[in-house]
Amino acid sequence: MELYKLTIHEARELLRKREISSRELTKSVLERIRATEGEIRSFISIDFNNALKQAERFDKMQKKSELHELPDLAGIPYGLKDNICTRNMRTTCASRIMEYFSPVYEGTVVKKLRDSHAVLIGKLNMDEFAIGSSGETSIFPHTRNPWSADRVPGGSSGGSAASVAADQLLFSLGSDTGGSIRQPSSFCGIVGMKPTFGAVSCFGLVPFATSLDQIGPLCKDVTDCAIVMNAITGFDARDKASAKIKHPDYTTFLIDDVSCMRIGFSQKWMAGNLNEDVRNAIEKAKAMFEDMGAVIEEVSLPHIEYAVPVYFLISSAEASYNLTGVDGIRMGYEKGAIPELDELAEYVGMHELGSAVKKRILLGNIALCSEHYETYYMKALKVRTLIKQDFAQAFEKLDLILSPTNPDTAFRFGEMQDNIVKMYEYDAFTVPVNLAGLPAMSIPCGFDSKGLPIGMQLIGKHFGEEALFRAAYTFEQNTDHHLKSPLLRHPQ
Amino acid sequence: MIFETIIGLEIHVELKTSSKMFCACSTQFGARPNTNTCPVCMGMPGGLPTLNQEAVRLALRAGRALNCEINRVSRFNRKNYFYPDLPKGYQITQSELPLCENGYLDIELDESEKTETETTLGKDAPSRCIKRIRIARIHLEEDAGKLIHPENQPVTLVDYNRAGIPLIEIVTCPEAISPKAAVEFLKELKSIMEYTEVSDCRMEQGSLRCDVNVSIRKKGDEKLGTKVEIKNLNSFKEIQKALEWEQLRQQKLLRTSLPEQIIPETRRWDDIRGITVPMRAKDGARLGCIAPEPDLPLLDLNDSSMLHFLEESLPELGAQKRNRFVSRYGLSRYEADILTKSKQLADYYEDVVNNGAHPKEAANWILVELLRLWRMSEHREIPVAGQSLAELIMLVDEGEISRNAGKTVLSEMYETGKDPRDIINQKGLAQINSENEIKKIVEAVLDQNKNAAADYKKGSTKAAGYLMGQIMKAGEGRVNPNIAREILEDRLNKL
Repeated sequence: MELYKLTIHEARELLRKREISSRELTKSVLERIRATEGEIRSFISIDFNNALKQAERFDKMQKKSELHELPDLAGIPYGLKDNICTRNMRTTCASRIMEYFSPVYEGTVVKKLRDSHAVLIGKLNMDEFAIGSSGETSIFPHTRNPWSADRVPGGSSGGSAASVAADQLLFSLGSDTGGSIRQPSSFCGIVGMKPTFGAVSCFGLVPFATSLDQIGPLCKDVTDCAIVMNAITGFDARDKASAKIKHPDYTTFLIDDVSCMRIGFSQKWMAGNLNEDVRNAIEKAKAMFEDMGAVIEEVSLPHIEYAVPVYFLISSAEASYNLTGVDGIRMGYEKGAIPELDELAEYVGMHELGSAVKKRILLGNIALCSEHYETYYMKALKVRTLIKQDFAQAFEKLDLILSPTNPDTAFRFGEMQDNIVKMYEYDAFTVPVNLAGLPAMSIPCGFDSKGLPIGMQLIGKHFGEEALFRAAYTFEQNTDHHLKSPLLRHPQ
Repeated sequence: MIFETIIGLEIHVELKTSSKMFCACSTQFGARPNTNTCPVCMGMPGGLPTLNQEAVRLALRAGRALNCEINRVSRFNRKNYFYPDLPKGYQITQSELPLCENGYLDIELDESEKTETETTLGKDAPSRCIKRIRIARIHLEEDAGKLIHPENQPVTLVDYNRAGIPLIEIVTCPEAISPKAAVEFLKELKSIMEYTEVSDCRMEQGSLRCDVNVSIRKKGDEKLGTKVEIKNLNSFKEIQKALEWEQLRQQKLLRTSLPEQIIPETRRWDDIRGITVPMRAKDGARLGCIAPEPDLPLLDLNDSSMLHFLEESLPELGAQKRNRFVSRYGLSRYEADILTKSKQLADYYEDVVNNGAHPKEAANWILVELLRLWRMSEHREIPVAGQSLAELIMLVDEGEISRNAGKTVLSEMYETGKDPRDIINQKGLAQINSENEIKKIVEAVLDQNKNAAADYKKGSTKAAGYLMGQIMKAGEGRVNPNIAREILEDRLNKL
């Protein structure tokens, strides 16, 4: 049996029945990584030995029946986006400045997963400091899309998506600031979720734009997504943005029934600059929901057209001051003797940051400096409030909103290099969700004529994960898109 | 030309909390460099701040003690600048919407300091007047690390133990006051911060720091003159000297018609040369961008966990205590003034009184004898228990020992911490009150000084004084003088 192909819930059953051990599962995953990593390149760091040790430790505990109730993720191999701090593995953010940074602390999610006895395999490739949407701003070899090696996996959580799509891991965690989980999930044909802002503690996540960032799961199906959510959500006193609520058991939302659910949809989106295949797939999905008893309603979000510029102003502003702490002084970065402090700052800024990051810092500084503060930054904050209100108003009558995740499928490497504005516009469906702090999920809903996966986005109301899971689960139960796997080049 | 000096103060007060502003690190002073640090106060990526509730409580107390309006909702900002003492690259502060605004503090000044705006106090203190100093705002912020420049080494070291220590910054409105009045204000402010236990205000440890802004204008002018900021002021004395020097410098320039030479700048007080020297121009280069702090929610006092901070009753302040000491203990204004200058001393005084000492006597003993001993020693705390001093005072009052012997006992108590009775017994200092014993001494003295007794008979009053002296000497100072005098007079009259 090819254990690496299992979903979390399949593997969990086998582990519980002791038909397989975590060591066997982990070994299978590690072999899969060995065989495919040359092609996919989703990892920045892998710890083979420690992974096996963790798996063996769990097997031993299970054998001695030390664990009363087996946590759902016990013995399950997973990976982390490389901007989530780990104590025993470097955390690079795919940046030259942090290439050798080894934190003395770890993210709250890492601790939670360790307490669940999940097996950490490694750290996953990404855009530098999560700034980018193709994985191409990483200083490491760029991750390839498992469905087509000449195409990007999306970003910024590109490695997180590609590794799960290529069956290198059973699940991974990514971070989503403007679509960084959902867009690569749609490009790679997997399920990716951005929880409600505050559902998951961001302590230990190297921030891009703190008011937008959220950690979330990337999985093979919706059921797995609910299982991971159970493990990573919860209030954390160390993260002031984390919500003081009692989280539900997310697996109880896995109900195959959408009858009477009210789903918002805008025909405006379909008229826009959309790939024909994406349009068809979304129309089909919409029709399916209607067939299954959901009510589709036209939704009006008048300020959403400003979401992209507002997002770029706010995220750049926050990135510009979040990155001031990344000065190359305390992160293991050393480039000989650089005597003067000002020179050091200049040197690091000029030579050791990628151009995408530099652009954001510049844009952020311009937006924040006193002469533009009111005209740009404050205005952006005001429009953000209006966008939030748009959603709140829409959700008075709706359970969900449906949209494409991305206007197109995965593009070729280099294709967007000279068309940054177009790439920014690709975020039009995902960024409003972060601005409003809402939960959203991208699930596979078909393939284009080139055989590339298409993602559909479901947006829920504030802490309305229930409707999200129910609709996604129902859709998944009645389709088979999520069961298709990319054919990798390597021989089996 | 008559000039008017306008002074504004920015006072940084370290709050007396046990942990830092946004993390659980200790605030202990003098710990080994960089041991009180963690990923949060070191600004490591992924570290997130959590607000210290105790710091909010203390800041609110300061705000209320300084008669401020409290903003039910205030906000944190990031002030960005790149400097080695700031590991995060920004300081979390409250530049936009501070916790407290529009307060004031009334200070008492000598009549000579009076301008039109002050009111004269009643007949109780005819030579004093009251000046109200307005306080623009009080906001919460975190301290930066400390740069250390070791002598004879071409390096600068950084100690981040101080990075993230909670501060409040108190900003006064510019007021037309003298340098002396500014320092009076600071002294009163320090006393309030101590009384409310907001801070221990140790200037030598940097837990109270002050920058001053000075400008000069022609009296009657509406417009403020060019403002100059002075830094590196480490004691009240230096602050007054620096203000006086800067006032003179600016007046001289105005008088010689060179007002354009007063530029908006930051100057440093050189305490060795006793002058202010230019440090940097205020060109805004170092002023970083201000941005909202996304890691912290609004500070909302309507939040249930914060509400009780507003209802907390304030401890009695120095001025209130001073008035109470005058009315309740019958002390003079002067005595009450000194006793209430520091909370420690005021508490000590009340301890002595509560242990039975007469209030007036207790004030005398503390102000004259104890303070003299305390000032000469290096003790931070008074080493004599209030109860012991009360006992000593009562022993003197009851005539057990003489006042002079009492002073000796107090010195001994101060040195050794021993009980006053033990010292009296040990040193044999108890007063001789027995009439029989005193009679014997008087007889002996009269025997040896027959000439003096004869002089007395002839009407010489000097002789009586001389004999009294001889008696005291014979009794080694322990003889109760009142009894001795009675017996002596009795004996002489019978001669």
